[in-house]
Amino acid sequence: MAEETEALEAQFDATVAADRRIEPRDWMPEGYRRTLIRQIAQHAHSEIIGMQPEGNWILRAPSLRRKAILLAKVQDEAGHGMYLYAAAETLGVDREDLTERLIDSRQKYSSIFNYPALSYADIGVIGWLVDGAAICNQVPLCRCSYGPYARAMIRICKEESFHQRQGYELLLAMVNGTDAQREMVQESVNRWWWPSLMMFGPPDGDSPNTQQSMAWGIKRHTNDELRQRFVDMSVPQAAALGITLPDPDLRWNAERGAHDHGEPDWAEFKAVISGSGPAHAQRIAHRRRAHENGAWVREAAQAYADKQAARVAGKGAAA
Amino acid sequence: MSPHAQEEDPTNAYQSLSETTEHDDPRWAFGSGFEDVQAEIEAPVPDGVDAADLAEYCLMLGDDALVCSHRISEWVSNAPELEEEVALANTALDLLGQARVLLSRAAQVEGAGRDEDALAYLRGEAEFRNVGLAELGDDLDFGVAVARLLVFSTWRLALLSRLRDSRDPVVAAVAAKGVKELTYHRDWAARWALRLGDGTDESHRRMQAGLETVWPHVDELFRTSDVERRLVDAGVATDPAATRDEVDAVLDQVFAAATLTRPTLPGRGPLGGRAGRQGAHTEALGHVLDRLQSLARAHPGASW
Repeated sequence: MAEETEALEAQFDATVAADRRIEPRDWMPEGYRRTLIRQIAQHAHSEIIGMQPEGNWILRAPSLRRKAILLAKVQDEAGHGMYLYAAAETLGVDREDLTERLIDSRQKYSSIFNYPALSYADIGVIGWLVDGAAICNQVPLCRCSYGPYARAMIRICKEESFHQRQGYELLLAMVNGTDAQREMVQESVNRWWWPSLMMFGPPDGDSPNTQQSMAWGIKRHTNDELRQRFVDMSVPQAAALGITLPDPDLRWNAERGAHDHGEPDWAEFKAVISGSGPAHAQRIAHRRRAHENGAWVREAAQAYADKQAARVAGKGAAA
Repeated sequence: MSPHAQEEDPTNAYQSLSETTEHDDPRWAFGSGFEDVQAEIEAPVPDGVDAADLAEYCLMLGDDALVCSHRISEWVSNAPELEEEVALANTALDLLGQARVLLSRAAQVEGAGRDEDALAYLRGEAEFRNVGLAELGDDLDFGVAVARLLVFSTWRLALLSRLRDSRDPVVAAVAAKGVKELTYHRDWAARWALRLGDGTDESHRRMQAGLETVWPHVDELFRTSDVERRLVDAGVATDPAATRDEVDAVLDQVFAAATLTRPTLPGRGPLGGRAGRQGAHTEALGHVLDRLQSLARAHPGASW
């Protein structure tokens, strides 16, 4: 028995080492399965919870074109949630159960959505910075060792990249608009910059899961590497918008060939992921309400499907 | 990592942001259908057609779509299941796309220098021309939402099917594209009417209650306004009264399969002879417009 497990484990390790994909019916270590379920579910939950801050502005979008763009984006997010829950289901869990774990706060979602969307500039900044940070995190996942997750991520990244451009384009329009619009953009960037940096997770020295996830080919870069990359890409984009990033320590370091930057408030990060974010209670209550208000609808669909199946079976028996 | 190293990284999706500045990708105008009809929007008013009537008619069809789209958009992040999130957002987006083209045409024909946004955001309640059904709220009751969309899409599909032959090229183009969209909306609503009507006792009761809620707004759909009457003669409009038999037949078929009963409630009467088509609305429209217009109105002259 132990020998058999060792052989399977060796095969698994060889597959990961050769950069080939693990598929749902392949043997995998329990820890690998658990880590993936946690990560994919958290990612799916983030897509679904992320619909709320943006949905908050669909009805008030200031032009019909912006409304159409935002509505399409939020629709894509629901679609991403669907692919991701489907990828998680290949690991032996189901969507209904994962949803219960979300609304009971037994599983997390990205801490960024615990911040409120307070102006229409936030719609642009969420696209530019939040989707931008998400893309930095997610592009390497297109090469993740678990096949269904990697394939879902390829499609998701393409759409995210489009959303990011739309967000940036909104900001460009706003900074070229009225003084009030420009102020709105700066004020929004001031609020979202630090939370966006936190999206890469704690510093490497304080990220216990990183090494194992990298060994399993689930993760490809450390948190700090990705954060650095994000900062380096954002600086020229901020300059093109004519806005200031709210970090007095931000400067180009020619020796390193990278930007030095300040540290996010990690105490705030810890507080937000453990549930004290400014919009956490509201997000969970909203999701719970939608789920519970929909229970009678899901029950009806099931009852109808059962009746239809019984009718088909009845006809079969009669014939 | 130097900025140059980033430029050479093919896996860097984030990079496309700074590289691409042109907006020729059709997805920039998501759901608008503008690519198809841009040329037609500027087409001259067909011979023998009164421009003011045509503008008014485009407002009627456009406002129905805009206001109904708004109501459906209220479901975003509130749907009973993710598949329904996607379906409802898609429906709202289709209707918004129809509204944008129709309002642009209304603005063009009117010739007063307004555009789709001026019409959507800067008109008051009494200047809106939509039917009462489009503005009816559902308080996030899925039974009401399904009933409203079932009736609305069945009726609008009957109208648009006929309008594919309109002498106005924009109305005809919106109708041609819209028929495909509305066919899907009606199918979605009819499937849910079946599941709810023939599902559990509770869902049957709530679906039936949803129909009772929308029913007082049904008669209005088949009333022909003076503008429509003149445009029917000019070959631009279709007479809504002529769609009643078709709409009734479709609804009766759904009701029978779903074990639902056609309500017998009286229709909401006109107000001094006026209803939605003449700018006489229910109290609900003011609340819709409060939300829809608030940000645009707070920044006069801003472009987004």
